[in-house]
Amino acid sequence: MITSTGWILITGILVASSCALVGTFLVMRKMSLMGDAISHAVLPGIVIAFLLTASRNTFPMLVGAGFFGLLTVWLTEELSKKGRIFHDASMGIVFTTLFAIGVILISLFTGNIDLDQECVLYGEIAYVPWDLWIWRGVNMGPRPVWILGMVLLVNITFITLMYKELKTYSFSPQMAATLGLPVGLIHYGLMGMVSFTTIASFESVGAILVVALLIVPPATAYLLTDRLHRLLLLAVLLGVLSAVGGYYLALWINSSIAGAIAVVNGLQFTLVFVLSPRYGLLGRWLAGRNISRTDSGMINQPASK
Amino acid sequence: MDILIEFFSLQDPNIRFVLAGTILLGISAGALGCFAILRRRALVGDAVAHSILPGVCLAFIVAGGKDPFMLILGAFVFGLLSMVAMDFISRNSRISPDASIGMVLSVFFGFGVVLLTFIQSTGYIDQSGLDDFLFGQAAALVGEDVLVFGGLSLLILLITILVFKELKMVSFDPSYALSIGYPVKMIEFLLALLMVLTITAGIQAVGVVLMASMLIIPAAAARYWTDSLHIMLIIAAGVGALSGVTGSFISYTAPAMPTGPWMVVSTALIFFLSFLLAPGRGEIARFIQKKKLSQRVACENILKTLYAMEEEDGRFDRVRPWKELRQRRHLTKHRMKRVVSYLLKRQLIEYFPGPPEGYVLTETGRREAKRLVRVHRLWEKYLNQQLQIAEDHVHDDAESMEHLINSEIEAELRKSLGSPELDPHKSKIPYEQESKPKTGGGGS
Repeated sequence: MITSTGWILITGILVASSCALVGTFLVMRKMSLMGDAISHAVLPGIVIAFLLTASRNTFPMLVGAGFFGLLTVWLTEELSKKGRIFHDASMGIVFTTLFAIGVILISLFTGNIDLDQECVLYGEIAYVPWDLWIWRGVNMGPRPVWILGMVLLVNITFITLMYKELKTYSFSPQMAATLGLPVGLIHYGLMGMVSFTTIASFESVGAILVVALLIVPPATAYLLTDRLHRLLLLAVLLGVLSAVGGYYLALWINSSIAGAIAVVNGLQFTLVFVLSPRYGLLGRWLAGRNISRTDSGMINQPASK
Repeated sequence: MDILIEFFSLQDPNIRFVLAGTILLGISAGALGCFAILRRRALVGDAVAHSILPGVCLAFIVAGGKDPFMLILGAFVFGLLSMVAMDFISRNSRISPDASIGMVLSVFFGFGVVLLTFIQSTGYIDQSGLDDFLFGQAAALVGEDVLVFGGLSLLILLITILVFKELKMVSFDPSYALSIGYPVKMIEFLLALLMVLTITAGIQAVGVVLMASMLIIPAAAARYWTDSLHIMLIIAAGVGALSGVTGSFISYTAPAMPTGPWMVVSTALIFFLSFLLAPGRGEIARFIQKKKLSQRVACENILKTLYAMEEEDGRFDRVRPWKELRQRRHLTKHRMKRVVSYLLKRQLIEYFPGPPEGYVLTETGRREAKRLVRVHRLWEKYLNQQLQIAEDHVHDDAESMEHLINSEIEAELRKSLGSPELDPHKSKIPYEQESKPKTGGGGS
């Protein structure tokens, strides 16, 4: 029998792995904030699904949230193109407006919704062990674990099947296009995966932690290696470590688990940022000392050997 | 209706506080947001707003309650810290700015959540108000808060007006500003300070999550109405203030409604209307411009075709049948009808009921057609002679340029080419007898 601690840890590990895998491509594509935007913008989708089905059934919520996730991606791009505004500003407009609409919907139907904006923001992973899936009278274990397991499986399958395409695309979409790869399909496939992962994860860990797990472990790993497959593995490893570490930190100081995981992520990054042999502050300082000091251009260049 | 009068008569001191607070926030955030948008820092504001949370919590722990001065101090310190962290990470590693924004945002916010839950678990008495910082609770603003936060907004506005010229220069062209001796680093730091202060002042009303939208949306809406920065600032401030009024009003009429999200939704509505309706840059205005241009191009093409037919057989009096004209220009029936009726109205062509039925150029029409053919051939000559483009490659370019060249450019072309006789295809370039360049009709 798995204890509730075990279930929480398993959930954390599954979320961390899924997020690290898709997050790596987001960071490489310089679209890190798309995860942030999606995780906020799906709120109205969740509320609408909740109102329509009058239950906290996960599947309609996933559909509603998935729809709003892709809507965010599409609206951001259309607005940026049609409205002639910078991409970041258009993203900011789209996701904050959708989130505000979600909050308003919650306040409108506050009587019949047992959903609040705080739980969307920082979730409650501690409740996972009690959200059980009873199938034909048999206790199958916590429902989030099943959903997150599915998401991880889909992510791994997608990345394995499309590895070469994703690799080319994430380093240079222009080159991918010249090679005749279906760039639009890869882009929306990736965005679909991000939406899917974000939505499945934030039910248990909240929007902000999803952002932390999407961006911080891949960015940390990016300071340690240059190879994509190592980057993916390292990011997953760092994510999983932070999930486990965060859980025990939260237990120790009696705080939110999601918040503590984000803090551990931050600590990991700070350590690597300072100590990484090649791309960290220390490594660059050492490399800078070895190379001629007259070359002032080196200060801003990554030290390559 | 009664409730409208009740609200705007400002009898209730609570309404006065809330309105003053939200309007001041709207004005300062709207104005400062313009710089954020122009410097492509829209989402930095989002990160700073989220990063303020741990500062607020720490201030709460230190002060043992909600003390507005301590909260501002805590928020300000952490806001600034987050800005420095973002800048430092993207400057000193190969991590791109967007990733560093996302990291700082989520890690600082996560830390804030840890502190928040820590405070809740220790059971402070007054901790309930702390949640308001997540989503804002303008309705809870009391006299002291408004004084502090409103005073801050006024200070921000005052500084912005005083150093407007410097801020403008650095936002548009930092390297030029540096070259003429502006202290660019200092001004950038000042701008960062102002941004953090604005966000600090705003969180009480709209909360950390939605603060970014009060910076981004009014400024983006204002951009559609003007090309000048100070007008943009004024419009954005106005949009912000208006949304403050709408948000306060809605949450006054329906107390369950949160003020902040309604402020965001009303600015988004104003943004959408600007996007559609703004003259010049708006979607509808651009659609009409496009239609007008394509109508003009179609008209000018028919004139040219009539002229080309005259050139082919050298007969100026022959009527040209509708069908042949339409086939030569590949126009749909509907389109052709509109073009012909326009040309008839402007008396550029004349209709003869026949037989044979058809159209012929009027004197003005012929002059305009000649002008088009002339600038077309001059442009071909120019491309061929001055830019060394082969003569079989110049036609398509001239086909679109002929609709854009005005009399001024034509005079320039003739001056630099010396009014040549023939174009690169050995066709004669038709000049006016008196050789005076004239734009004529065509609605250009």
